[in-house]
Amino acid sequence: MRSDSSLRRFLHGLPGVDQVGCEARAAGLGTRSIKTTSKAWAIDLAIRMVDLTTLEGQDTHGKVRALASKAMRPDPADPTCPATAAVCVYPDMVATAKQTLGDSGVHVAAVATAFPSGRAAMDIKLADTRDAVEAGADEIDMVIDRGAFLSGRYLDVHDEIAQVREACARPDGTSAHLKVIFETGELQTYDNVRRASWLAMMAGGHFIKTSTGKVQPAATLPVTLIMLEAVRDFRDQTGQMVGVKPAGGIKTTKDAIKYLVMVNEICGEDWLDPDWFRFGASTLLNDLLMQRTKMTTGRYSGPDYFTLD
Amino acid sequence: MSNVFEYAPAPESRAVVDIKPSYGLFINGEFTDGRGTSFKTVNPATEEVLAEVAEASDTDVDEAVKAARRAYTRVWSRMSGAERAKYLYRIARIIQERGRELAVLESIDNGKPIKESRDVDVPIVAAHFFYYAGWADKLKYAGYGETPLGVAGQVIPWNFPLLMLAWKIAPALACGNTVVLKPAETTPLTALLFAEICQQADLPPGVVNIVTGAGDTGRAIVSHPDVDKVAFTGSTEVGKAIARAVAGSDKKVTLELGGKAANIVFDDAPLDQAVEGIVNGIFFNQGHVCCAGSRLLVQESVADEVMARLKRRMATLRVGDPLDKNTDVGAINSAEQLAKIRELSEIGEAEGAERWSAPCELPANGYWFAPTVFTGVSQAHRIAREEIFGPVLSVLTFRTPSEAVEKANNTPFGLSAGVWTDKGSRILSMANRLRAGVVWANTFNKFDPTSPFGGYKESGYGREGGRHGLEGYLKPITTGGDR
Repeated sequence: MRSDSSLRRFLHGLPGVDQVGCEARAAGLGTRSIKTTSKAWAIDLAIRMVDLTTLEGQDTHGKVRALASKAMRPDPADPTCPATAAVCVYPDMVATAKQTLGDSGVHVAAVATAFPSGRAAMDIKLADTRDAVEAGADEIDMVIDRGAFLSGRYLDVHDEIAQVREACARPDGTSAHLKVIFETGELQTYDNVRRASWLAMMAGGHFIKTSTGKVQPAATLPVTLIMLEAVRDFRDQTGQMVGVKPAGGIKTTKDAIKYLVMVNEICGEDWLDPDWFRFGASTLLNDLLMQRTKMTTGRYSGPDYFTLD
Repeated sequence: MSNVFEYAPAPESRAVVDIKPSYGLFINGEFTDGRGTSFKTVNPATEEVLAEVAEASDTDVDEAVKAARRAYTRVWSRMSGAERAKYLYRIARIIQERGRELAVLESIDNGKPIKESRDVDVPIVAAHFFYYAGWADKLKYAGYGETPLGVAGQVIPWNFPLLMLAWKIAPALACGNTVVLKPAETTPLTALLFAEICQQADLPPGVVNIVTGAGDTGRAIVSHPDVDKVAFTGSTEVGKAIARAVAGSDKKVTLELGGKAANIVFDDAPLDQAVEGIVNGIFFNQGHVCCAGSRLLVQESVADEVMARLKRRMATLRVGDPLDKNTDVGAINSAEQLAKIRELSEIGEAEGAERWSAPCELPANGYWFAPTVFTGVSQAHRIAREEIFGPVLSVLTFRTPSEAVEKANNTPFGLSAGVWTDKGSRILSMANRLRAGVVWANTFNKFDPTSPFGGYKESGYGREGGRHGLEGYLKPITTGGDR
């Protein structure tokens, strides 16, 4: 498919989304009651799926080192508490994060391609990506050109993703994993989210991700539902698995469990793994830790018993 | 760490309900023992006997009708609409306050999942009383006159025990009638709890009378000479018998009977939502729904894809304990109904349709039937023509919109239909051509007190719900000749 019009015909030929029905389904899954052993299991899984994130202008090396320590040992008081999947930082912080994390197994994800707006020339976006990969990033979170997408220049969006994916290659032949951020709050319709999902998967993205966290609304259950349906259907057609990452706005354990229920019932257990599902979040982790402590000790403790970062 | 997400049991507590060992009849504002025999009501999920319930004799029914007549003449028909509304609002609020109790009791006696009794049945019950309370003092603006009929004899089914009670009682009372209502013999308990709510609301004695029993009790109500109005929801067979029984009398009748609704999926439909609509259409309430989308008509070009998606979705349905908050499909209401579902399913197989059931473990005790779909069904199959009233879907295909309409209408029933397409103009044209009382577009089984509901052909006559629902409880306006 080498033209906007052929891509358009394919993407607009995907089954449409009925907004009311989609939101009702997401709300219905949100009523599942997850208690006791299932809750404990889900909390640990959710912790292992967190991309612990700091993406602020005020970020410093000290802040990133602190965050990386927290990612490795989220609950210093409890050695059974698992580590998070990754820390997510700007490219200039990758080396610092990598240094602190060492061989802990916690990945470093870097946002690249003129995050969060994506408004820069292509060679700058590619240089941004290569810089992060060279500094040791295991994962690259790129943003799509929403302007191009909304004006129907699907081929530009596709090729940009494909080129960034090439830029993720390392000299040793391996490659950083590529997450493709849609900024669903700017795409607005569920039909657009479904089309963007297919476009990113066809262009070679390893993960599809809802949001930068800088635009409201960020991740929502119905948007994530559409993306989960897309990766499920993509595997049915191509045999290839693509991961999903809702990011922004997921703050509580209750919310995180709703997402896991959705993964379970839409995609099945294959996706219930940090390799295939992530939460982009910063404040979520401490709520998970508080709930985890409640499950193990039977008591709630205050926020002062958990580290800020 | 295993990848399997097991949902631990999440049972709703039964402590909130207090089931008595035996129940009498509710006549003239009080519970009485009754003069007839009694019968047992069981929990269909466990076969545990819940209570002994009085079976109203002809004499009991006569007493109930007399109490209703007295209340009608002396109190209720004389009361202003605004005053009647106060009682209805009070009942609606008590239903909300005691919502959890009603939901748990409904699930225990009926077998439906607590998720549905809690989130669908009870909220709509309260909404119905609120809605018709609003009409009570505005009847003159509804266009059907303001004169009540008198005593209404109402017989309701077991699939939505409390909701059908609300559909019957709320408009009757709003219009100034009094009622004698018989709940189904397998699900009497929430109606009896409703009787307590009437007491709690200080409803004048005799305005609502609840008589429990089976077919004989129902016949006694319907044929009672002092009953002015008969309202029935249930099978087409019984509906026909009622129509015969009241023929030649002055009784006004509304009947809401069976259905064999077509749920029509076009190739441009939003497929994931359509699959949800198919599942909701036939597996909601174990398929014990008169307007269930029991015939799936799917366009041939997408039939394979829809079936693959449907089966994958059906495999995630959680069948089991109705009181577990994660249960999607509960128990079949009675052994008798289970036998009927089994029989028709076996006939479907014998006639050559291909049967597929969702892989699920069914509890050892109680009445259970796995969600089932038949493919390769043709119009000539009995499972495409007869109401199964269970979690069994028959799938047919079509090629063009005209063929879809022909097949959808080729049934003695006409209660509801569903249309799934992204094309707005097609929704409108299909809705015009489908002979069904309700046509849902890109959704299914949505109920609201403001929307009238009722059938074409053998699905009955009269409308319940909405402004139209008032008509069945008011004397027609005589336009008169000379003045």
